[in-house]
Amino acid sequence: MIQKQINQKAWFMVLPVFLLVAFSAVIPLMTVVNYSFQDTFGSNKFFWVGMDWFRDLMHSERFHDAFLRQIAFSSIILAIEIPLGIAIALAMPKKGWGVPVCLISMSLPLLIPWNVVGTIWQIFGRVDIGLLGHTLASLGIDYNYTQDPIAAWLTIIAMDVWHWTSLVVLLSYAGLCSIPDAYYQAAKIDGASRISVFRYIQLPKMQGVLLIAVLLRFMDSFMIYTEPFVITGGGPGNSTTFMSIDLVKMAIGQFDLGPAAAMSLVYFLIILLLSWVFYTVMSNVGEESSKGGA
Amino acid sequence: MAHITLKDIAHSYTGASDNPDDYALKKLNLTWRDGGAYALLGPSGCGKTTLLNIISGLLTPTKGQVLFNDEDVTRLPTEQRNIAQIFQFPVIYDTMTVFQNLAFPLKNRGRTQVEIEPRVIELAKMLGLENDLYTKAQHLTADAKQKISLGRGLIRQSVNAILFDEPLTVIDPQLKWELRSQLKYLHKQFGFTMIYVTHDQTEALTFADEVIVMYEGEIVQVGTPEALFERPEHTFVGYFIGSPGMNITPCELKGDRIFIEGHEITLETHYKEQLASAKIEVGIRPEYLSLAQPQDKGLPVNIIKIDDIGRHKIARVALNDSVFHVVMPEMSGMTGDKASLVFDTAHTNIYVNDHLIAGEKP
Repeated sequence: MIQKQINQKAWFMVLPVFLLVAFSAVIPLMTVVNYSFQDTFGSNKFFWVGMDWFRDLMHSERFHDAFLRQIAFSSIILAIEIPLGIAIALAMPKKGWGVPVCLISMSLPLLIPWNVVGTIWQIFGRVDIGLLGHTLASLGIDYNYTQDPIAAWLTIIAMDVWHWTSLVVLLSYAGLCSIPDAYYQAAKIDGASRISVFRYIQLPKMQGVLLIAVLLRFMDSFMIYTEPFVITGGGPGNSTTFMSIDLVKMAIGQFDLGPAAAMSLVYFLIILLLSWVFYTVMSNVGEESSKGGA
Repeated sequence: MAHITLKDIAHSYTGASDNPDDYALKKLNLTWRDGGAYALLGPSGCGKTTLLNIISGLLTPTKGQVLFNDEDVTRLPTEQRNIAQIFQFPVIYDTMTVFQNLAFPLKNRGRTQVEIEPRVIELAKMLGLENDLYTKAQHLTADAKQKISLGRGLIRQSVNAILFDEPLTVIDPQLKWELRSQLKYLHKQFGFTMIYVTHDQTEALTFADEVIVMYEGEIVQVGTPEALFERPEHTFVGYFIGSPGMNITPCELKGDRIFIEGHEITLETHYKEQLASAKIEVGIRPEYLSLAQPQDKGLPVNIIKIDDIGRHKIARVALNDSVFHVVMPEMSGMTGDKASLVFDTAHTNIYVNDHLIAGEKP
């Protein structure tokens, strides 16, 4: 018989990981949870308020507006960047000297820090000295992102597309490059049109990377903070106050720790929920379409 | 349906060049009869797939012309050539069902559902896919996927030719045999021109009426399986076909006599004198060699090793530095490690610089 050795000392081996995760994730998250059920009037005195902050948040018009702005922003970003990214990836050369040129120029925007991107566009769009703003103004177009909400939105969207479409391009390109030549050859033999090749070969083979691209772009755009903060500071008015900007205003500007904690928890749960929805829908999309039979 | 002619075809993947080493396919001329079953046999990297892709139009040859019924199609795109091709690894459309996969080539050519449906069902039955018709293709096994690939190649009945690029590599041996007979049956029934690329000689010899052997971008012999076996025109064909391959040994040639390591053998045919610098070799199949008792007439050899492979035995014997394989039905009372090697002179071939030369009956 083999004697089973019982050695509880092994638990000490995983202790460093426990500590690391505790300090990096669990304790900060629990602090936020703690704040969200309490109120304070300063001098480190806290009162239990139960679900009040959450109740307030659910009825807060300010939160609803920020949430809707956020949804609108992320939807527009995804609707532009995903198709545009796929289109650019399809147009990129597959071999020759064009490959490194394209790949490097595509990676450039991704290497620029967020606040620098914000600053670039903030200056680029200025009517007095910016190349874009000044050109538009000289053409007689009424463009001023500091006063016109539509101009502010267009600027931020253009900036995000400029900054992040490359990510979708690179992921799609990787997906396209992994398709063996035999597929394209078989499609030629089968007499498939260019659209069929895209619909039945390229798109299904890119499904995995596109799922990653959509998730990354969704989560990132849903948490966008630095660039609009640098360009518009959330204005004009509240027109570009997205959720994270609103959250920072509340937590650090107004020092309303309780409501801000409640909001960040809800914010976190929304991202989690929507990411899960995207993941489930996209990984099932191929399955659904096949059940129709012939 | 058409006969296909390759006229002075040569292909280099690096573009036109004067250096013959750059060419994956060296200049070749070949005609494929309408309705023939051909096998393209050769080791990996000899240009078989290149040749196939030139016929189907996936590659445009650097030099030469491809003719379908005397019509030049060299520049015609694949879609317009009406050719079917099946690849080594299964190619399926993941998001489609088996039915949709099989129907795809017909659908792209504008056939109606009424025409497509019976054809697809018939073919699916032939391939044993009828129970999976409405399953999504990506959930099937590799075997079934390759059957779908085969099916897409066979679905159109009016193709000029069906090209197979080692299609059974991924298939289990038992099923391989079944599918191969199935293909042969289809060939008899519908009279498609079929060109079958393989590096497996058994596959080539059982499938084809005519075998084309390629070696380093050149066609070394075109012939029936018997011709390839009896009279290989190139030493490579001798080595490559047969198991074990042909025995090829340097010798000296004088009229109708050859000398192997100083031992004389008299042949049935008379050969012209060759240049002194020529490489002269004698080639004989292991099946046409036999061993006799050491005191009998023949070449005195040492037996190195005897392998029993079931139906017969293969003996490895040595005459000084020359090694021969001998296929023997049984160990006909051989004892010791000495024996006499006997040549069947009717099946002895002479090669000069690797090419077969013909002798004259005296």
